[in-house]
Amino acid sequence: MTTKDQVREEVTIRFAGDSGDGMQLTGSLFTNTTALLGNDLRTLPEFPAEIRAPAGTVPGVSSFQLHFGSTEIMTPGDVCDVLVVMNSAALKANLSLLKKGGIIIANTDGFDKKNLNLAKYPEGVNPLEDGSLDSYRVYEVDVSSMTKEALSETDLSYKEVDRCKNMFVLGLLFWMYNRPVEPTIKFLQKKFEKEPRIADANVNVLKTGYHFGETAEIFSSRYTVEEADLKPGTYRNITGNESTVLGLVAATQKSGLPLFFGSYPITPASDILHGLSRHKNFGVTTFQAEDEIAAVSSAIGAAFGGHIGVTSSSGPGIALKGEAMGLAVMLELPLVVLNIQRAGPSTGMPTKTEQADLLQAMYGRNGESPMVIVAPKSPADCFNMAFEACRIALEHMIPVMYLSDGYLANGSEPWKFPQEKDLKDIKVRFEPPRENSDEPFLPYLRDENHVRSWAIPGTEGIEHRVGGLEKEDGTGNVSYDPDNHEKMVKLREAKRNKVADFIPLQEIDQGKPTGDVLVLGWGSTYGSIRTAVGQLRRDGMDISHAHLNYISPFPRNLEELLRGFETVIVPEINNGQLVRLIRDEFLIPAKPINKIKGRPFGVQELKDAILNILSEKQTVTES
Amino acid sequence: MTTKTNTDTLKNGNANGENGIPKYSSKDFSSDQDVRWCPGCGDYTILKQVQNVMPDIGVLKKDIVFISGIGCAARFPYYMDTFGMHSIHGRAPAIATGLKVSRPELSVWIITGDGDSLSIGANHFVQLLRRNVDVNLLLFNNQIYGLTKGQYSPTAPEGTISKSTPFGSIDHPFNPLQLSMGADGTFIARAMDRDPKHLQKMLLRASEHKGTSMLEILQNCIVFNDGAFELFTDKKSRPRETIYLEHGEPLIFGTDHEKGLRLDGLTPEVVELSSEFSKDDLWVHDEKDKTKADLLTRFFEHPHNGEHLKFPRPFGVLYDVDRPTYDEGVTIQNAEALKRSKPDLDALLQGPETWEVS
Repeated sequence: MTTKDQVREEVTIRFAGDSGDGMQLTGSLFTNTTALLGNDLRTLPEFPAEIRAPAGTVPGVSSFQLHFGSTEIMTPGDVCDVLVVMNSAALKANLSLLKKGGIIIANTDGFDKKNLNLAKYPEGVNPLEDGSLDSYRVYEVDVSSMTKEALSETDLSYKEVDRCKNMFVLGLLFWMYNRPVEPTIKFLQKKFEKEPRIADANVNVLKTGYHFGETAEIFSSRYTVEEADLKPGTYRNITGNESTVLGLVAATQKSGLPLFFGSYPITPASDILHGLSRHKNFGVTTFQAEDEIAAVSSAIGAAFGGHIGVTSSSGPGIALKGEAMGLAVMLELPLVVLNIQRAGPSTGMPTKTEQADLLQAMYGRNGESPMVIVAPKSPADCFNMAFEACRIALEHMIPVMYLSDGYLANGSEPWKFPQEKDLKDIKVRFEPPRENSDEPFLPYLRDENHVRSWAIPGTEGIEHRVGGLEKEDGTGNVSYDPDNHEKMVKLREAKRNKVADFIPLQEIDQGKPTGDVLVLGWGSTYGSIRTAVGQLRRDGMDISHAHLNYISPFPRNLEELLRGFETVIVPEINNGQLVRLIRDEFLIPAKPINKIKGRPFGVQELKDAILNILSEKQTVTES
Repeated sequence: MTTKTNTDTLKNGNANGENGIPKYSSKDFSSDQDVRWCPGCGDYTILKQVQNVMPDIGVLKKDIVFISGIGCAARFPYYMDTFGMHSIHGRAPAIATGLKVSRPELSVWIITGDGDSLSIGANHFVQLLRRNVDVNLLLFNNQIYGLTKGQYSPTAPEGTISKSTPFGSIDHPFNPLQLSMGADGTFIARAMDRDPKHLQKMLLRASEHKGTSMLEILQNCIVFNDGAFELFTDKKSRPRETIYLEHGEPLIFGTDHEKGLRLDGLTPEVVELSSEFSKDDLWVHDEKDKTKADLLTRFFEHPHNGEHLKFPRPFGVLYDVDRPTYDEGVTIQNAEALKRSKPDLDALLQGPETWEVS
């Protein structure tokens, strides 16, 4: 049998196996090599909340999806072309995500009686044998025994041998998609520098997998995906949490201030704590606090001392920080609160994504407590918005909420990273020392943007007190005066609203600046909306897309921009939150599209939902 | 940082006291705010004694910060002419930790009460002691919630009749000093509002200690819990019911110094100094001895109807040892990180692996 070489514009591969099968690493390594070849790409890791759910069971399945191509790739792919399953549970959990006619690469060893039982297939049923997969191209590969065979002459234990089997699959996929094994070999040699026998074993199995593809003659096709037409420059691959870390570190360098990061571990935010704790040489202090409240409180203490105070969490932890965020609003200190959202309420689905904390960010504190809200739209954009969160907090002496989510946090994309010189300086205004001044120091004296100066301990002659009690403007003295309270509430809001003068105007991402339909998104839905709108436009529809990075305050021109369209549609991974803010603020009958399944929008479902809204509208107009 | 440091001030020559610290008076630490505690509140004298010792702690005013939570005591920072923050309920230790870790040169004081530190903020209280952050914590203990108008507190003895416990409280109270020992605190002391001289001494000792200094101050709430500590504060009963600790001195108390504490193995007993026992037989106070300090924290009977206590309540420094502080550890680790690799943002942004698109 000869193998046909075929060119593909885009491909989606999903690696699925048991939590212990190393699917995340396999996916990442395939991603890295694919990035090096110049493809555009997006990834979506999905793993159980349990560290090691019972092996072989459906809840224990861990997957990694990669969408890559020679065209613009903005999502991890709705459905996959290739599904790699290391056991029967992985097949059961993921088959619905494979397109009809797609390829299944199944590790036959994972379909023995024991595994079928664990995956809860009925007695005597094996999907590889009962014809239920007839509409797919199934390649049965005995990965486990070929791995064992390849390592038969080593002294590795049974367990060590078994751990190498993901490299066989990786090697095979490298062959199928014409990718070199060398970058992975380099990686393995570095990773197992101190255990050369493990490195050698992995490399050996990787090559065995590759050669198996070449010689087994069971695969009818081999695919090539050409380089994508990316903007020229130097790229790296990056996840959202990684680029959040870099944005914060960049802010220390561009403000000249040290950064204090108080955090309590929580999924999916913990990687930011892990990442930052490795960058102490940049003037970063990380503090793993005893709880969420201590995490934010310590950041406020550091901010009082003149450092960039940052805390991070996810929804449940943000709820705990509420009172302290109110304190920062009241004190008018800079504070950055990173919320890497996950499906809620309560503990919800910790490893699943959602955008349902927007109203919490907006209103989730006692009293009138306005904060700035920013939201990154892609893994690489997390860098920009983390930097922006710091800039706004420091330059406007205000707490800023940064809304990322699990999808952005763990997803990755190629990033044309900036250089230090391309980044704006962040300017802070410290109150200077005063000597022998008879004038009392006024900590709440404001500039034309309602911003007070940063009056930090250690500065001579400006000793003063701040607190959570309502204060008199100017002096900061405790005040229960009714008129003063109303004035201060309005002032704190005006100060937040004034930030609108210092953020970019809202732009149209694609499409005409006015027209029939505008799809307005925020945060992590960017890729899906961009792709869906792009496809509808190619089909001849008059439709535009705008995507918000700044939600509180909104960009100054947002109302005008929205009024330029007949219909405004707001897709969100929640039950309708931005859409309420838009309706409330502008009295525009914006239409929601909501998905609340712990997963991002698929392009097709988004297109369908948009068309559905428009056809309903049509019907109403006609009748 | 564009802040002015101690050395700047020294260079500018406005320092005229010892070590470049101006000769402050207690008045220099009094802010322009009217003090608004109830007339006769124990907080007044504590404020006064703190203002009295501030000139002697050897720190420039600009480097002193008072941080409080919520409660009557928490108003304290407003009355000190230093930097101050009146924060949120129970969280002062966490805020102080963030401040001290980022600005280790500051002298940071936490003002807290029994509700603030032992109920809503108990977690932060023990974590602070465990970490041994170099701050001073003044725990105003009045065994009642004052600001919320008279509910029993986590240090109120069982059976306390209060607004929320009309039939008597059922909760077993915290022993704050034993809790501090349990959290591996490095400085554990007790004072009272009614003995200002001793309180001053304890404040100075707290200030001198490197690490978290936990000073419990028994404070009378004249409105909701008047006389809770009368057995200890009343001049007549005080010699009988309290014992003042001095490092290296035998534990003697009593109206005529006629009683002492003796250790029979690890069992403490009260003995009459007579022909049978002399001073030489007594337990000698050793602030560095954890076992002995632990025994002293257990002398915690609650006076009922002025009844005589089996063991006197100890006042003074029960425990004072050195242990590396958290803030120092952070400073060292950050400095080592800087020594290992110079910050290079471009290299960091570039990461380990890149590719060119042309």
